[in-house]
Amino acid sequence: MVRSTHTKEDIFRMLSVIPDPEIPVVSIYEMGMLRDVLIDEDGYNVVLTPTYSGCPAMGIIAQDIKMTLDANSVFPNKVSLVYHPAWTTDWMSDEAKQKMKNYGIAPPLHSSCNQDVFHHNIIECPRCHSENTVMLSRFGSTACKSMYQCNDCKEPFEYFKCH
Amino acid sequence: MTHQEALYSYCLRLGDNALIQSYRLSEWCSNAPLLEEDLALTNFALDMTGRAQALLTYAGQVDGSGRTDDELAYRRSERKFRNNLMLELPNGDFAFTIARLLLNATYEYYFFTELRKSADETLSAVAAKTLKEVKYHMTHATDWTLRLGDGTNESHRRMQAAIDALWMYTGEMFETDEADALLQDKNVAVDMAPVQASWKAYIENVLKEATLTMPADGYMQTGGRKGVHTEHLGHILSEMQYLQRAYPEATW
Ligand SMILES: [Zn+2]
Repeated sequence: MVRSTHTKEDIFRMLSVIPDPEIPVVSIYEMGMLRDVLIDEDGYNVVLTPTYSGCPAMGIIAQDIKMTLDANSVFPNKVSLVYHPAWTTDWMSDEAKQKMKNYGIAPPLHSSCNQDVFHHNIIECPRCHSENTVMLSRFGSTACKSMYQCNDCKEPFEYFKCH
Repeated sequence: MTHQEALYSYCLRLGDNALIQSYRLSEWCSNAPLLEEDLALTNFALDMTGRAQALLTYAGQVDGSGRTDDELAYRRSERKFRNNLMLELPNGDFAFTIARLLLNATYEYYFFTELRKSADETLSAVAAKTLKEVKYHMTHATDWTLRLGDGTNESHRRMQAAIDALWMYTGEMFETDEADALLQDKNVAVDMAPVQASWKAYIENVLKEATLTMPADGYMQTGGRKGVHTEHLGHILSEMQYLQRAYPEATW
């Protein structure tokens, strides 16, 4: 039975401050991972979608959500993972993309739902905005990022790949 | 065979393919020829572990035994594994790993493109997710095949040897059995004939561009669907399952 009353909006507000463990300048809400909050007589069910199938941050995120809900006396609560519809970088807000860029990570150009992913894309340097950049490694510190280097300012940078 | 048995067998097959391939790729961790490859191959492995988790969790739900993904991964003997033989072969040299990745990722790309239309919502959702990831695996393997095939005499020789050695394992990917037939009637499983045609056309093109020769179809290895594996799977499992066998129920 639900002992406390919180609206869906209250819960979204509480959870929207939780940072993405791998890109702490953006929240899980801005990343589009937080899909829904279902409220019924069994309690509060936060619906989360993984960015990548094997994303190791999902466990931490689910734990962060539970801790936040517990701290705000949102009981009983649980976190469920849904795979459908599949997460896409299109769900990332423009604000999140801007924050990511300021942080030094080039934001994704588009989603990978189409065939563009097979083609070569021009990635803008997040530091000097040059388009004269080159891919160094298809993967970086995490599955969702590639490594690039800017030929003008010479700085290496990460690019958040389209997904 | 009931619908439930067929679906369980189908999920297990897809889950085991992801799990065993992931295991082999993760063996490159700290051993790849370049740091960039170390990252790429192990990231592919991570995608596949995630896919295996989703599919084995679903398999446990479907068969009603309540077995978790971990129980299915760590408590089955090799005769119960349903993965394709190609995926359990040792990594060999880098060319062999790339050739296998090319053959399998291309297959997965066309396969999951079809599975996305499955009437089964869970399979369709896993397919949509996988498809996004597999595009990167396939592009990466294609790039390397071109580079090695059309590279030095030595890289060409190794790449050709790898393709030749793996060819007899490619037939198994397109095999169908009773479970396929039953599930296809309900629009759950994928019709393999068009997948095979698309696969062959893509591979033929890449090999040609890489100045490699596509082998002629000859004797094809088989057995994974029946749990009859090469001697290599047992060795994988003895290492992979060691902890759960030695300390049952151990958790993080
Ligand atoms: Zn720059």
